[in-house]
Amino acid sequence: MTILLFTIVVAAVSFAAGLLGSLTGLGGGVVLVPLLTIFFHVDIRYAIGASLVSVIATSSGAAAAYVKEGISNIRIGMFLEIATTSGALLGAFLATWIPVRAIAAIFGVVLLYSAYLSRKPRPHAQRNLPPDPLATKLRLNGHFHDLEGMRTYNVQNVPTGFGLMFGAGTLSGLLGIGSGAVKVLAMDQAMRIPFKVSTTTSNFMIGVTAAASAGVYLSRGYVDPGLAMPVMLGVLAGSLLGTRILVKAETASLRLVFSIVILVLGLQMLYKGLWGGL
Amino acid sequence: MPSGLHASSEFKPQPWRDKRMEVILGNLLRTGVLLSALVVLLGACIYLYRHALEMADYKIFRGEPSDFRTIPGVIESVRGGHGRGWIQLGLLLLIATPIARVAFSIVGFSIERDRMYVGFTVIVLAILLYSLLGSGFTF
Repeated sequence: MTILLFTIVVAAVSFAAGLLGSLTGLGGGVVLVPLLTIFFHVDIRYAIGASLVSVIATSSGAAAAYVKEGISNIRIGMFLEIATTSGALLGAFLATWIPVRAIAAIFGVVLLYSAYLSRKPRPHAQRNLPPDPLATKLRLNGHFHDLEGMRTYNVQNVPTGFGLMFGAGTLSGLLGIGSGAVKVLAMDQAMRIPFKVSTTTSNFMIGVTAAASAGVYLSRGYVDPGLAMPVMLGVLAGSLLGTRILVKAETASLRLVFSIVILVLGLQMLYKGLWGGL
Repeated sequence: MPSGLHASSEFKPQPWRDKRMEVILGNLLRTGVLLSALVVLLGACIYLYRHALEMADYKIFRGEPSDFRTIPGVIESVRGGHGRGWIQLGLLLLIATPIARVAFSIVGFSIERDRMYVGFTVIVLAILLYSLLGSGFTF
């Protein structure tokens, strides 16, 4: 394939991944690495480097919109970024140690888990809990406005959330994904932060987390300009368009389609990791 | 809105009271991403103009040459008018955007005299700078 054709096709695929990822809220980065490795025969290390860069672009692009709404909690974000960035640094160093096939297998498992999470109905966590002493000391509790007026919330289980965030950061650094699903899980389920606040704060954190491992990837030569260029521009354009049309689109069926795609890609990655072919 | 006023009297809100700071942060992120996308696009034009008909090959991992791995290498490559150097410069700007956001938050928390969060933010910034500069990415 010539460079011109390769660039156009990869940009188009990245655009579609960014658009679907932002419409379904499942993120585009998670499908990019398997698509690049399985269909374009790109070495997984180059694919991870390019995907990581695109994750920074989408997160920062979307965060600009969220920050204006004032829903995301900047203190929760900054406190948990200590966990995610140190995890991301660990993940990026692990990536240079772990054999490529093991990374592919881990990627497969993470994809399967994401597909499972996206189909599982979200249990309604109990709200209006009493303030937790540690959360109060760390000034994590907050409030936001919605249709019912001002709503306050008290953050719970800070150590569990912090630990899960470290894990999310490690996965992000190891696989070049945003791991927004794990971040939302930690905030929504463990720390009992309202879902809206969790998703926007998670998005806010993804860019900083990815930047922590991007430096390591860049210096190790994982970021190829010829590959990262169409991926970054495509995903950015797709996700920006996605946030524009988010309100109008019917997302339920789209989410189903996208989770099936994730499931299939997960099985393929797992197969390639365990039985070779990478 | 009376209900909002009532709620705020019994609850002390903690997150950034300064709405202006949030707007500045949002604009900073937007500007950084747009600027880096433009630089990457410029690099893409040069790169495709020169190499469009060569063969793309990413099957075998070789690692990038030092031109694309170090800041002086990238700057040297940009000076030489190389498309891939410009792309890499755009990607460096992209990585710098969230780092600038964190650095700016230190100012925000200092204005609010929140020492604890100034400390937390400094830790995050140190980790980010270590990744970019300390892990072999030398000046």
